[in-house]
Amino acid sequence: MAAVRSVSRFLAAVKGPGSVWGPRVLPRAYSVSHLSVPERIEKKRREALLGGGEQRIEAQHRRGKLTARERISLLLDPGSFAEYDMFVEHRCSDFGMEEDRNKYPGDSVVTGQGRINGRLVYVFSQDFTVFGGSLSGAHAQKICKIMDQAVMVGAPVIGLNDSGGARIQEGVESLAGYADIFLRNVLSSGVVPQISLIMGPCAGGAVYSPALTDFTFMVKDTSYLFITGPDVVKSVTNEDVTQEDLGGAKTHTALSGVAHRAFENDIDALLNLREFFNFLPLSNKDPAPVRECQDPSDRLVPGLDTVVPMETTKAYDMLDIIHSIIDEREFFEIMPNYAKNIVVGFARMNGRTVGIVGNQPKVASGCLDINSSVKGARFVRFCDAFNIPIITFVDVPGFLPGTAQEYGGIIRHGAKLLFAFAEATVPKITVITRKAYGGAYDVMSSKHLRGDVNYAWPTAEVAVMGAKGAVQIIFRGKQNQAEAEEEYVEKFANPFPAAVRGFVDDIIQPSTTRMRICRDLEVLASKQVVNPWKKHANIPL
Amino acid sequence: MAALRVLADVQKLVLTWQQSTIRSRWCCLSFVQYSTAHDPNEKTFDKILIANRGEIACRVIKTCRKMGIKTVAVHSDVDSASVHVKMADEAVCVGPAPTSKSYLNMDAIMDAIKHTGAQAVHPGYGFLSENKEFARRLAAESVTFIGPDTHAIQAMGDKIESKLLAKNAKVNTIPGFDGVVKDADEAVRIAREIGYPVMIKASAGGGGKGMRIAWDDEETREGFRFSAQEAASSFGDDRLLIEKFIDNPRHIEIQVLADKHGNALWLNERECSIQRRNQKVVEEAPSTFLDPETRRAMGEQAVALAKAVKYSSAGTVEFLVDSKKNFFFLEMNTRLQVEHPITECITGLDLVQEMIRVAKGYSLKHKQADISINGWAIECRVYAEDPYKSFGLPSIGRLSQYQEPHLLPGVRVDSGIQEGSDISIFYDPMISKLVTHGRDRTEALKRMEDALDNYVIRGVTHNIPLLHEIITHPLFVKGDITTKFLPEVYPDGFKGHTLSQEEQNELIGTAASIYVALQRRSHRFLSNTRVPIAKNDVNSWDLSVQLDGKSYSVQVSRINDTFSVEIDGTTLNVSSEWNLSSSLLSVSFGDAQKTIQCLSRDAAGNLSIQFMGTVYKLQVLTSHAAELSKYMPEKVEEDTSSILRSPMPGTVVTVSVKPGDMVSEGQEICVIEAMKMQNSMTAAKTAKVKSLHVKPGETVGEGDLLVQLE
Repeated sequence: MAAVRSVSRFLAAVKGPGSVWGPRVLPRAYSVSHLSVPERIEKKRREALLGGGEQRIEAQHRRGKLTARERISLLLDPGSFAEYDMFVEHRCSDFGMEEDRNKYPGDSVVTGQGRINGRLVYVFSQDFTVFGGSLSGAHAQKICKIMDQAVMVGAPVIGLNDSGGARIQEGVESLAGYADIFLRNVLSSGVVPQISLIMGPCAGGAVYSPALTDFTFMVKDTSYLFITGPDVVKSVTNEDVTQEDLGGAKTHTALSGVAHRAFENDIDALLNLREFFNFLPLSNKDPAPVRECQDPSDRLVPGLDTVVPMETTKAYDMLDIIHSIIDEREFFEIMPNYAKNIVVGFARMNGRTVGIVGNQPKVASGCLDINSSVKGARFVRFCDAFNIPIITFVDVPGFLPGTAQEYGGIIRHGAKLLFAFAEATVPKITVITRKAYGGAYDVMSSKHLRGDVNYAWPTAEVAVMGAKGAVQIIFRGKQNQAEAEEEYVEKFANPFPAAVRGFVDDIIQPSTTRMRICRDLEVLASKQVVNPWKKHANIPL
Repeated sequence: MAALRVLADVQKLVLTWQQSTIRSRWCCLSFVQYSTAHDPNEKTFDKILIANRGEIACRVIKTCRKMGIKTVAVHSDVDSASVHVKMADEAVCVGPAPTSKSYLNMDAIMDAIKHTGAQAVHPGYGFLSENKEFARRLAAESVTFIGPDTHAIQAMGDKIESKLLAKNAKVNTIPGFDGVVKDADEAVRIAREIGYPVMIKASAGGGGKGMRIAWDDEETREGFRFSAQEAASSFGDDRLLIEKFIDNPRHIEIQVLADKHGNALWLNERECSIQRRNQKVVEEAPSTFLDPETRRAMGEQAVALAKAVKYSSAGTVEFLVDSKKNFFFLEMNTRLQVEHPITECITGLDLVQEMIRVAKGYSLKHKQADISINGWAIECRVYAEDPYKSFGLPSIGRLSQYQEPHLLPGVRVDSGIQEGSDISIFYDPMISKLVTHGRDRTEALKRMEDALDNYVIRGVTHNIPLLHEIITHPLFVKGDITTKFLPEVYPDGFKGHTLSQEEQNELIGTAASIYVALQRRSHRFLSNTRVPIAKNDVNSWDLSVQLDGKSYSVQVSRINDTFSVEIDGTTLNVSSEWNLSSSLLSVSFGDAQKTIQCLSRDAAGNLSIQFMGTVYKLQVLTSHAAELSKYMPEKVEEDTSSILRSPMPGTVVTVSVKPGDMVSEGQEICVIEAMKMQNSMTAAKTAKVKSLHVKPGETVGEGDLLVQLE
């Protein structure tokens, strides 16, 4: 209750210096003994709400960033935030840190729990206005407290990262703090969803906490993630690189694959995070959430009957298929700018959250390569961990050949996607829209990897390889290659070889796909499959 | 709760039932547009091949079906799954995508005729419809060409010969008419003789395609260059035509129908003055401008011309009409016109059926006295093009969502596409012809407005914003139009609808209401295991709506499905079903009702809403978020003056600069051809060319980088 009140006061406070609090005096050198306990409580709260003080708040705003508390106020339902540890202060006594003026109630992070669209969530928001958001022992302890409670009650943790790094004055205590958080990140992994939103600097050891969470989002132009900054890079490798190029949102969403998505600014990011949160179950014991849906589950999609081009070599956009099948075209794509030859993301079918995986024929023919395998695998494992059914759209010509891929370890990395699909016990529905060639056919949630319902469109071709290549091998040296190719196409470039063996359950009219999937999901909602007991599997990392 | 759900189901049932009755009623209504009452004793063709694609192929097939005639479609390979192919009884692929290799490929089409045993060919419009060679080849194979005979096609297909014929038939012709042009100098000489302004176009070109107007010598030279190029590339015929250009003209045409027995009728006029780049956009029948005498005079001259060339089948005689109702013969189109449906609406005739009957040798059933004007009909050509660029530059794409408003009363949609169809670079970007018919012009216009509002087209840019503006423009509503309507009404180009204060409030109120409906819905989880602590059922919202760079503070409170929206002191009641999955939302503002379309929405409160035809981008935020948004950094916009991007998909014809060249503002950099239109791309500033990203012959997509300046 007190915390709720504090929020409303905070809201009043941020409206500016002319508010109920009057001009802020900073009597840092006061003697507490002159004040009564209620007065001291009030004073501490007031100080906590102002973090590093008005000047630093202004500086934060000038950088185009919101304060830790403003961020929470946008992320959570109004009035729902219950703050913990507002009175916690750092315990450092070196370098003058013990002085009163260096103590800030709550230290450099705001923690607590609240609701997003009525659903419980734990949040920590690093406060850059207090010692640059640096991580002290107390700061880490506050984060660990909410993480422990989140796991205990089964609710997601969202971290809003904006921190200069370790609290250097605290030395090893700060490092220990990081490790405490890392451990909890690892132990909570697969228990409750963990989301990081990088809203400022996040450098050095600090980067590993976001890296361990399920999703890392960034804010364009104002957030950075790197192990070492440009200065160190210059001195060690003599490379000239800007902060933005080294660890900005573009780098991590398009090149490194460290971040899953980037947003325009703080407000855009926080509002999108609310939307994203709606797709997630609260814990691994919760079923995939079902939100009210007005999109008819039996809606036919006539456009799908012509979406796959006549020519097998012509590309089309898998997103066209995904958008028209899911509820209201609402697709929250994960890693839209990285390894674009595979599309992954969250959507709803008849209101229920599903994970969508699809090869993207528009990019590199939709082949599987190192990056797309890793991207797909991680997404599939998240869905499996959190009871989210997986719908896979297959149009894959195979794995990408070449030395770059082989030297890079495509065998090892491709195995990750295979492993993830095979291991998953959530409902798995697969639709082969066109090509399903070679080993990639097996990988893409095939019947053989326990696909629950596998469909083929009439345009599907399930085969070891394309006609040309196959004929060159089968009829090596023979004269009439064209005729042989025709025979091969007749035999294999259609859904029948797979259908007669029961490797696809049905050949369906594309326009009925939404209706079929919605029905199947309803049937599969009670699916029960348990993998053999093990300490944990050994996915080829 | 359960009871409520049952109730909802019952409502749904009732709705479906209502819809189905509307549909069946519509089926009856559709006969109001034209009647294909067919005399079963009148023997006709067994099988007709339609040498065309798209909507006109579908249109012909519809009548053939009603007459019990089997149909053969021809198609290019990219069209193999298109609607006309599905509708026809048989289909033959006649070649690859480019029209010169498929729909203009006479050899392949002749083979298709032989192969399928079609007895007659309907050419539709465009392609081979006015090709005398094609008509001749058909005649040689004893296949009936559904259209006039070779002589009439030849005579009328040649602008110069047709004028002479018209003169002889005592049809008013345009003064200052002259002949064939050899080079730019001769063009200038002729132009001076006639006196400026003059009009230059390819002799063989139909419609207004490639027509250019020159006001001085320099423009004449430029016009000559473009027209000569287009004449060569589109028609393989270098001849050009230069003639006096009539100021403030209306384009009014007379539909004629003639048989092989010397009978000819005029089926009233069509007013086609609303044009952009000399291509028709909105047509209506009858014209607000003609009195019965002028109408009869024009009709009689049109019939006289038809008789003079022994015309048979349906044809159109185009006139320019000046402000004093003087009319001048422009040309005769020896085919079914694109805009024929409006004539069908007001006369009740099925022109395709009449063409087939005439081709089979029957005489006309009707006398001139039988032809009346029943009500008013308006046609809008719905194009896949961006109306904000020169009133329409072609756009391409896949129709990701497509829903025609054909269930509305008095609406006819002639189209050859469906959801999922591709609008490709190879063919005309027309999506459909949207036709409304009413007892009078006011009703027809109101129905058109509703039809445009209820037309769902997603995936390609379309010209509905422009169409909506035209048909609601006071000048158009008054009937005060000329062929220069668009450039005169929108001298700085089309900018979309201008909102009145009331409309703006309605738009803001709608956006705020959609936002609130979305917010309320995002709380509604069916599987929540926890009891909500905070009261979810908030009933009032403090919002800020951004529109056109301004923000409006908006208070919303809710009573059931009605939102009471207060915008800057004005209160507006906004109610709707708020079905968030529907493409169309019928929204009531007190007594007024509007159909709007929410085209996109996102988590950050951005909405794009099609309102009164125009798409508006709005952002709805809570007042708290809006307050904080002042701290958000401004994004730097790309400087567009130093880069030239292709405004549309097309092919690069010529590139007139190379890297390092200095170009001055307005200088031509390259020419892009799209859908047979040549577009000159010019520099936006004086600068040095930094890099060139295209070569002649390359295809470019919309937004592709052409040239970068320093």
